[in-house]
Amino acid sequence: MAVTTYSGAEQYNFEVVKKFAVMSIVWAVVGMFVGVYIASELAWPLLNFDSPYISFGRFRPVHTTSVIFGFGGSALFATSYYVVQRTCQTRLISDGMASFTFWGWMAVIALADVSYMLGYTQSREYAEMEWPIDILIEVVWVTYLILFVGTIMRRKQPHIYVANWFYVSFILATALLHTFNNLAMPINLFSMKSYSLFSGVQDAMTQWWYGHNAVGFFLTAAFLGMMYYFVPKQAGRPIYSYRLSIVHFWALSFMYMWVGGHHLHWTALPDWTSSLAAAFSILLLMPSWGGMINGIMTLSGAWDKLRTDPVMRFMIVALSFYGMSTFEGPMMSLKEVNALSHYTDWTVGHVHSGALGWVAMITFGSLYHMMPKLWDTKMYSRKLIEWHFWLATIGIVLYIVAMWISGITQGLMWRAFDEFGNLQYSFVESVAAMHPFYAMRAIGGMFFLTGAVLMAFNMLMTIRQGKRESAALEARLAAKLAHA
Amino acid sequence: MIRERQTMNFNFKHEWIETNIGLMAVLTMLAISVGGLVEIAPLFFIDKTIEKVDGVRPYTPLEQRGRDIYQREGCYLCHSQMIRPFRDEKLRYGHYSLAAESQYDHPFQWGSKRTGPDLARVGGKYSNEWHVQHLTAPRSMVPESVMPNYPWLSKTPLDISDITDRMEALRKVGVPYSLTEAEYKANVARFGETVAKQLHIPNAQQSLIEQANFGNYDGDRSGISEMDALVAYLQVLGTMVDFNKYKDDAFVNDR
Repeated sequence: MAVTTYSGAEQYNFEVVKKFAVMSIVWAVVGMFVGVYIASELAWPLLNFDSPYISFGRFRPVHTTSVIFGFGGSALFATSYYVVQRTCQTRLISDGMASFTFWGWMAVIALADVSYMLGYTQSREYAEMEWPIDILIEVVWVTYLILFVGTIMRRKQPHIYVANWFYVSFILATALLHTFNNLAMPINLFSMKSYSLFSGVQDAMTQWWYGHNAVGFFLTAAFLGMMYYFVPKQAGRPIYSYRLSIVHFWALSFMYMWVGGHHLHWTALPDWTSSLAAAFSILLLMPSWGGMINGIMTLSGAWDKLRTDPVMRFMIVALSFYGMSTFEGPMMSLKEVNALSHYTDWTVGHVHSGALGWVAMITFGSLYHMMPKLWDTKMYSRKLIEWHFWLATIGIVLYIVAMWISGITQGLMWRAFDEFGNLQYSFVESVAAMHPFYAMRAIGGMFFLTGAVLMAFNMLMTIRQGKRESAALEARLAAKLAHA
Repeated sequence: MIRERQTMNFNFKHEWIETNIGLMAVLTMLAISVGGLVEIAPLFFIDKTIEKVDGVRPYTPLEQRGRDIYQREGCYLCHSQMIRPFRDEKLRYGHYSLAAESQYDHPFQWGSKRTGPDLARVGGKYSNEWHVQHLTAPRSMVPESVMPNYPWLSKTPLDISDITDRMEALRKVGVPYSLTEAEYKANVARFGETVAKQLHIPNAQQSLIEQANFGNYDGDRSGISEMDALVAYLQVLGTMVDFNKYKDDAFVNDR
């Protein structure tokens, strides 16, 4: 039971959790809307409207930043603060620090999004923020680390719950990655423009060490932390295997950092680095599936919940997509496969099966579990959760199927020769062939966005319902005390 | 009889880590640091990482401003600049890209996606007029294109007020732009006098204006626009190394 508002000494700081939970859905809607818009620009380029601010090249990072760091980041802050307090049975060590991380993080996302539209970018994927925003991220992140670890140090019983290992690993890794990937020289102290410290091949390796591990730690390890708390809670059963969680935690943490080079196969990156990355990418299958198995098998003996509980369904389907993506990824990391897939839409499809299938769906499931507890009520509408689930799933399937077809088509068209040994297709012929799939992908995105909008509505109504019920309870209590 | 845990020489228990956040944090940092160190650090020390090849030089001030605009508009999101050693890419784009060719690229713009074609060797493939028309309205030149229109490039004057700041920042991160006479002389020896003049920071504004006026990249002599800079940049891409001087397999062992 959440602590109700009328008691003076609240055991936990849920105010910051509530704020982050609400904003994670807000950024989801914003970020996914921008995603649908840029997808539509590729299908119908007139939508760029000759505007520098929303042209695809400037608008795309608005999408990626808003969904990864806005939606995903806020959900991680919300759930990690919730989980660390409840599993350590102690309040966050500082309300001030918690509040700072909230306002600081919101500022980061907002400033980043606006700055990209104005043309300020470091032109590194998922790290486009220029140097002043990078510094703000560093400050917020160090505060987060101190707050999180400090709270764990104050725990009421000696054992640190497994979800917290994953959260700590993600916080530490993000700090490491962000710091080294963003080393840059501003042109002067009053300009947003900077140049990266590294260049060429060293810069490429640094960027993809970062880029892949943003996926590995920010989007995987952290959300596994979320999964490790909310799946057993929703299922009402303990995690399937303690030993498995130990093995896959360390294997994942160690191995993920080696695979970034698979973004650079067949490029000017040396062969040895590329081969090392491919080998570790295949090895990575094991700890990834360890996580998936641990999560899914937690439902062992309670499989009927899949039928009866839409929230559980979100979580288990999320874990299934996780398994699928962590199989597809290693396959695409094989150099022969990568020779076809690199630079094509298949990569985009893969990203979204992980981002929508795993990250978004486990977040939706966890938030649907957490919100009623935070506002001490039930979810306003179970039907809307069901609708959300189906819209999300159909959206994902449309998206990834479109991208599989377009990606493989592109790859095959680019390498096709005619009977004289000339290239069969001009590049633009492959562009023309993409159109129906760009449209199909935009429609898939619209389904997914609609689901997120339903969730936003459901959440709004749930919060109002919870506040109404709290107020009514307080009124009754006050009346009783008055007559005592 | 009590059954002892038979693990290694001492009875390691993961529980020690699970009950000690400091230990967990330290071990985690160790675990996550290895991969990056092993894969990134050697790239700075292994000699053959950057192939020994003639011709690669830093961008001139005008070209660098063009590159800054390329970055600003997010061109790397649809266009790669990295040709792979495949037969079809050789035919479509030219010699595969060498690491040496992007050694002065801060940041690298190899790209991850080809919504549009690779641009690593686009220099000299199309006329300036084609580029201007294509950038302003892509579908007027390529009807099936999905590229956005960039009409503001020709209409926006190039801001050259901070060109020396930009070049000095690049010099600080290792690009051999020259500030002193000694550095200038070293550049003359390395790149020849014509190029060395363009890499000399005190001359930056003047050399930019000269190159823009001489090249007249946007076809409009009334001023220097952002289009001038961007086209100047595009026209140099992939042109620095004369691959005719090298055997076909000259760089194979450097991979």
